[in-house]
Amino acid sequence: MNCSIGPDSLFHDNVLYRHIYNAIGEFIPSSLCWLDHIISGFLIILILVNGVLLGAALYVWLERRVLGRMQNRLGPNRWGPFGLLQPIADLVKLLTKEDLVPQGADRIAFLMVPIVVVFPLIAGLAVVPIARNTFLADLNIGVLYLVAITGLSTLGIFMAGWSSGNRYAMFGAMRGVAMLISYEIPTVLSMVGIVLLAGSMSLVDVVNAQHLPFIVVQPLGILVFLLGISAELNRTPFDIVEAESELVAGYHTEYSGIKFALVQMAEFGGVVAASAVASTLFLGGWSGPFLSGQLGALWFLMKLGFFVFLFIWIRATFPRLRIDQIMAFAWKFLFPLSLINIFATTLQVYWLRDDTGALSRGDLGLMAAINIPLALVTS
Amino acid sequence: MPIRTEPITVNIGPQHPSTHGVFRLRVTFDGEMIVDVEPIFGYLHRGTEKLAEERNYTQIVTLTDRLDYVASMTNNQAYCLAVERLMGIEVPIRGQYLRVMAAELQRIASHLVATGFLLQDLGALGTPLMYCFRERERILDLFEMLCGARITVSYMRPGGVYYDAPEDFWPALDRFLDYMPSYLDELEQLLAENEIILVRVRNVGNLPLDRLIACSASGPILRASGLAWDWRKADPYDVYDGLEFDVPVGTNGDNLDRFWVRMQEMRQSLRIVRQCVEQMPPGPVRAELPLVLRPPKGAESYGRVESPKGELGFYLISDGGISPYRCKIRSPSLLNLTMIKDLLIGWKLADMIVNLGSIDINMGEVDR
Repeated sequence: MNCSIGPDSLFHDNVLYRHIYNAIGEFIPSSLCWLDHIISGFLIILILVNGVLLGAALYVWLERRVLGRMQNRLGPNRWGPFGLLQPIADLVKLLTKEDLVPQGADRIAFLMVPIVVVFPLIAGLAVVPIARNTFLADLNIGVLYLVAITGLSTLGIFMAGWSSGNRYAMFGAMRGVAMLISYEIPTVLSMVGIVLLAGSMSLVDVVNAQHLPFIVVQPLGILVFLLGISAELNRTPFDIVEAESELVAGYHTEYSGIKFALVQMAEFGGVVAASAVASTLFLGGWSGPFLSGQLGALWFLMKLGFFVFLFIWIRATFPRLRIDQIMAFAWKFLFPLSLINIFATTLQVYWLRDDTGALSRGDLGLMAAINIPLALVTS
Repeated sequence: MPIRTEPITVNIGPQHPSTHGVFRLRVTFDGEMIVDVEPIFGYLHRGTEKLAEERNYTQIVTLTDRLDYVASMTNNQAYCLAVERLMGIEVPIRGQYLRVMAAELQRIASHLVATGFLLQDLGALGTPLMYCFRERERILDLFEMLCGARITVSYMRPGGVYYDAPEDFWPALDRFLDYMPSYLDELEQLLAENEIILVRVRNVGNLPLDRLIACSASGPILRASGLAWDWRKADPYDVYDGLEFDVPVGTNGDNLDRFWVRMQEMRQSLRIVRQCVEQMPPGPVRAELPLVLRPPKGAESYGRVESPKGELGFYLISDGGISPYRCKIRSPSLLNLTMIKDLLIGWKLADMIVNLGSIDINMGEVDR
């Protein structure tokens, strides 16, 4: 049985996987190469899960620090340099808390929620490329996969609200279902423009197709995407699902201890994941000047940081909309805008693409020149 | 086919982030809409009125601090006015000016808290609240220079104020007066130019004037509905009749107007404080009085001020002893709260929180 990673292998382009595979292959006889594949696969999952956990922890620290600065206070600064160890302290505190399930709760659904909300976040990040040829998985339906898997988080929110047996949670859940489903439509439609431009749903291909960052080619797209994803993540000004001043903590009012930590992690990790997706789709992911090859990961992290900061900034500044205003905003503003965007992009791609269906830098520049004024006029 | 829905009842409070203290509302919702509200209060009852019967007239000042704890100065003032009327005490002019100045600074501080919490209720996570509190902090620093305390000031006494302001108070006050108008501009800009705030507060929580009068409401919520009723103008106490200021009036009586009236009142208060600084004569700050006050037997008096929240009154009856026979407190928060059904029923949950915040209640005063 031969399963070495040759040039024609499925895994040859995946540098990360190949390196791990070869490193483990040093210790395992080649006859057991199936074991090598299994171990490498699990290691990839380990990297993914821990990467997301670490990212969420770092993000919590960053959010609290930046929010603190913007609110004219210090933020956590006691544990470790600049308070960097604060997330660990928080986690230890939450771990040592009593694991409560309220009496009126639907026990099974209640206990499943933390898993249901965390899973889409981790699974979704798997398809995002980190650097040239460095990714955890390259699905040819990457964008569709992302949409499908992140749609699951709505289910988690509803389960939490329904099973808690708490009326605040119920309010949050009902609001959440109405809002998240409405906002999913413009968000998904804004991604369609990207797919049209790249001619592929694979996120790796999307990055490769960005001779010019898609943010300038798709100004309407990024606008709709950012607004939609803010709503998907329950961030201000769309945070009616947990609306602190109205619903105490919304759908996760009854969660405490480590379950609360997981629900919070899904939320904060969601921001990191959304930023990663946004920087891949609209800012060109790991591609950028000066840093090439695997160093492109630095570009990726910088762009991710930019979006993360943007999300924190929005949270610090905006008040919340009312539910009817939020729904009106989705259906009367974002939805038509995303349709206009798709329509314009489709026409442009139809006229400008060459025989192979690819778009050159010049084509993209021309489209940017049309789309930016269009965005300014329509929005 | 219409969907049959069932109303659900939710207890909001007594522990809730935005009921402004330990206030409880039993709200019946139809979906997001409010169909019925039942306010339940008394969680912060400390028996202030009864306690006052056990204290002598000077000691009661400390009790008044704890009524509306974000506006202690005006509480002190109302109580001291009542005692002075009871005994016919003449307050020295400098003492009166110092009282007016402190009360107006307190009004700014209280309105800043009200505005900050209104924005917090609108969902702006902390940021505007912290900015309002930062400015309030400057006022509290001034109070600390005046009397050594920041919240529970007990600055005023029957017959004047406790101490004259220290030397370094005046430059600090000047700096504050120079700085504050630009900050208020900033805050007003934040309101007037933020689309989300406008759609949330404009034409939300309208209160008709006749209902307000029927409920004997007072203060900014009355003026926001269009009636220029202010005890500082209607029945001037201390030195208010010698000071120039306007009474800002709203038109619609919605949340935006209430917000706007408070903004304008802060500007007017700054104007009053400035005039006080200019006109303040030298002299004693407190009338010569015996250590223990003994009003004549059977004397009754009512002292009222325009506190930041409305008409605050103290009704005192003396039995000739060292403490009052009865001390009734007319607290504006409680009487403004009688509007609550008009204010909340028919609005959505999100509006409810903002409407409740816009009347600016303080539970220390409601429950006494």
